Amino acid sequence: MKIDRRNFLTLGGSLVAGGVVGTTLSPLPWKLMDDAAIWTQNWSWTPVPTDGKVSYENTVCTLCPGRCGISVRKVASRAIKIEGRKDFPVNKGGICILGLSGLQLLYGPTRVKTPLMKTGNGTFKTISWDEAIESVSAKLNELRSSGKSDSVAFLSDSDQGVTAGLIKRFLKAYGSPNFISEATFKDAYKLALKKMQGIDAEANFDIDNADYVLSFGSGIIEGWESPVRMIKANSALKTRKAKLCQIEPRLSMTAAKADKWLPVVPGTEKELALALIHVILKKSLYNKDFVARNTVGLDKLTQLTDSFSPEKVSGITGIKPEDIMALAADFARASHPIAICGKGQGNTPESMTQIMAVHTLNTLVGNINKKGGVFTVSLPDYVTWDQPEMDETGTTGNSKDRIDGAGKGQYKDTMSLAHRLAGIVNAQGKNPVEALFVSGSNPLYTFTDSIAVKKAFEKIPFIVSFSSFMDETAKMASIILPNHTNLERFEDVIVSTEAGKSAIGLAKPVVDPRFDTKPTGDALILIAKALEGSVAEAFSWESFEACLEETLGDKWEELKENGFLENADSAIASNNKIDFSALTDNGLAAIEGDTANFPLTLIPYDSLRLAHMNIGSPPFLIKTVEDTVLKGNDILVEINPKTAGKLNLSEGKYAKLKTPKGTVNVKVHLFEGIMPGVIAMARGLGHTAYDDYLAGKGVNFNELIGPVEDPASGLDISWGIRANLTKA
Amino acid sequence: MSASDDNVKDVPSDNHEEGHGNGSIGFVILFFVVGLIGSLLTGWVLFPKLLYSQKEQPIDFNHQIHMDAVSDGCESCHFFREDGSFSGVPTIAQCIECHEEAQTEDPNEIKLVQEYIANGEEVPWLVYARQPDCVFFSHAAHKEMDCTTCHGDIGHSENLKTYEENRLTGYSRDIWGHNIGGFKKNTWDRMKMDDCAECHERETGSKGPCFQCHK
Repeated sequence: MKIDRRNFLTLGGSLVAGGVVGTTLSPLPWKLMDDAAIWTQNWSWTPVPTDGKVSYENTVCTLCPGRCGISVRKVASRAIKIEGRKDFPVNKGGICILGLSGLQLLYGPTRVKTPLMKTGNGTFKTISWDEAIESVSAKLNELRSSGKSDSVAFLSDSDQGVTAGLIKRFLKAYGSPNFISEATFKDAYKLALKKMQGIDAEANFDIDNADYVLSFGSGIIEGWESPVRMIKANSALKTRKAKLCQIEPRLSMTAAKADKWLPVVPGTEKELALALIHVILKKSLYNKDFVARNTVGLDKLTQLTDSFSPEKVSGITGIKPEDIMALAADFARASHPIAICGKGQGNTPESMTQIMAVHTLNTLVGNINKKGGVFTVSLPDYVTWDQPEMDETGTTGNSKDRIDGAGKGQYKDTMSLAHRLAGIVNAQGKNPVEALFVSGSNPLYTFTDSIAVKKAFEKIPFIVSFSSFMDETAKMASIILPNHTNLERFEDVIVSTEAGKSAIGLAKPVVDPRFDTKPTGDALILIAKALEGSVAEAFSWESFEACLEETLGDKWEELKENGFLENADSAIASNNKIDFSALTDNGLAAIEGDTANFPLTLIPYDSLRLAHMNIGSPPFLIKTVEDTVLKGNDILVEINPKTAGKLNLSEGKYAKLKTPKGTVNVKVHLFEGIMPGVIAMARGLGHTAYDDYLAGKGVNFNELIGPVEDPASGLDISWGIRANLTKA
Repeated sequence: MSASDDNVKDVPSDNHEEGHGNGSIGFVILFFVVGLIGSLLTGWVLFPKLLYSQKEQPIDFNHQIHMDAVSDGCESCHFFREDGSFSGVPTIAQCIECHEEAQTEDPNEIKLVQEYIANGEEVPWLVYARQPDCVFFSHAAHKEMDCTTCHGDIGHSENLKTYEENRLTGYSRDIWGHNIGGFKKNTWDRMKMDDCAECHERETGSKGPCFQCHK
């Protein structure tokens, strides 16, 4: 047969056809398909868990003030899971979503990997630790030698523990009174105890054993105090058939799970508390024996609350007089009642009147330092170093006034007024802050009126950030000295547990540091050693770890081994009487904005699914946020359908939200669970820093409000602002 | 095909017209059969030879001798840890317990002692039963079963067979089974998902949810 084109195609076709049939009947394609699937799992870039020995290492989570014990599961040297530690007194095996996501902070892309220095064009360049310490100490030496040591300020998220102790010591030796720490409602409560009873004590709320909880807006299951401990305590309330009454303008998760929810006009919680005192006194429902033995000033209290009759207060708060009377009776007649305050997660202070009214309620029912009540606890104080030797510059610098005005005059008991920083720097005249150090804090995001804070930071010539992450504040820094993350460093913490007990906890490294970072304590010691004058002498420690070991003394080994050490005698047995006359009222809380231009009240709400303090939410958290809170990149503002109807707003539509501080675009979410006339939005969104999972999503609530000072404490008690919402 | 086409084509070979037709069909069948047989041979014979590389174990371990020497069967060396996890292939630390020094003149034992025990190095055993990372298998949950059900009678073997590594996946041929067509005679001939499911369905009434094994 002659092979021509036609034959070639025919025969070639039959060969191929035979091949296809044969191949189909052979295992080749099927086996290859299976193998190809497995092959794709073995690509070098496919994430595969490390193979190796499995181990668990215990530490303490320091991502929020809750301080849970955690157990980190590791395979070889990689941390792969964070679990709650079962034998830890705070969380007893539980863990919250932020703690659980801690690995995304450790291994995520937002870490600052080496010391960085800002260049002329606004970008950062990598520098070595030696260069970084040299630059910082040169600046500090320059300021010190020109007599401006008090122009250095240090902003810290906490004033407890060895790192904060080192910062305070550093400033003292250097010659600056400006150690500024952020305050929460707990700090305000501490201040109230000082004013009412003259004691230095922290309040510990034993929800775990109470049988009636009267909560003035505290998000018991939304991260208030210690999130895991409180969620467990709330479950225990249900098991014990104890009652929870939630007073707040919005149906929060806590309100939804409460036995009773009383929506109150925002900002009038203290009037309600005073009315409850009024009823308890008028009806003689208080614990007379306890009050007689432990208090003074009952007559003053009667006088003060005389005008807060349920009828009158009903008009202010929107709660019916009979409800106020029933509430007072329920509270006073319970055997272990407790009143608590601190809105949402309690990360912002409350007014002295509010806190003292709450403490007065607890005192009237005699539930102080008793199971199920408020314990006044003396926290373990182990940072007991000798005072540093001071040279002349140091002494002169320390004798100057603090820039924030705390610690003297009417605010003599207030430690810090951090919110004033922006106002002071932005004020006309000379900027008093030449250098600002920021540790564990992200003021550009967390401070109210964050736009003004940014403006202030632009004016401060030298900013040093110790952040582990490239957050909003770190982006503004002249130099970043990155701290290890919480899973890479030692950190001593103080934890509160049930029934007024407390303990020292020690967070310890569970993985080797991933990058060229150093604990802030180490960086401080290095800077101090490079300084002139008496500063170096005040820092004789070799390293932060050596300092911790020396400071904790005989507790160190046990802490390293166990992770915590219970504090045997924490409840304060003070003979000081509780003075009711400390409770004064300054009238209705004013918030910024006039009712004509801003007919609505904007309040924030907190959620366990969004971190809103110094830590940015890792991707796990953002993924759990409902689309009634954040849809795409748009934040939703909750509004009652009745109010929305009047304003011609409808579900899911864009709207313009305007407050005296700024205007933003939002979407509308109709929610029956919010009082008419009030609108609410989530805190924790609107970051401009961090990764793509967080940056650019929603609006930062703090941009829309400004600080509101409590006349009694000076603290920023801003809880909302007047606002207007119009169709976009 | 149109008539005019035939005419054009057939003009030069008029006298072979019939022969051409028959021969053409014959050739078509022949080529088809060649293709068929060729691909069948490729798929069934050549393909497995190309797919798997042959590797020898670092030491030719004799299970039988060890089985005679121990009292607790397989679990003497392949034991459950206190936390319930399975130890799998013994580590050098276990070998040292008996073989700190060579007890015989067997070249395999001498190699173990000199190359691995003396240097404290692990023997890089090639594991026939290694499953992909996406498979979670708990030995503890299958404790009641005989080892042989899945692993065959390896406990009484005197030599380790050649390890055939799948060039694409890196896993042993024993997972798919020696038969490239996937046919099996014994329960231990294959260790693919269908084999797990087959037993699960028989023993528990259900193949089980995905998450049971793919965690």
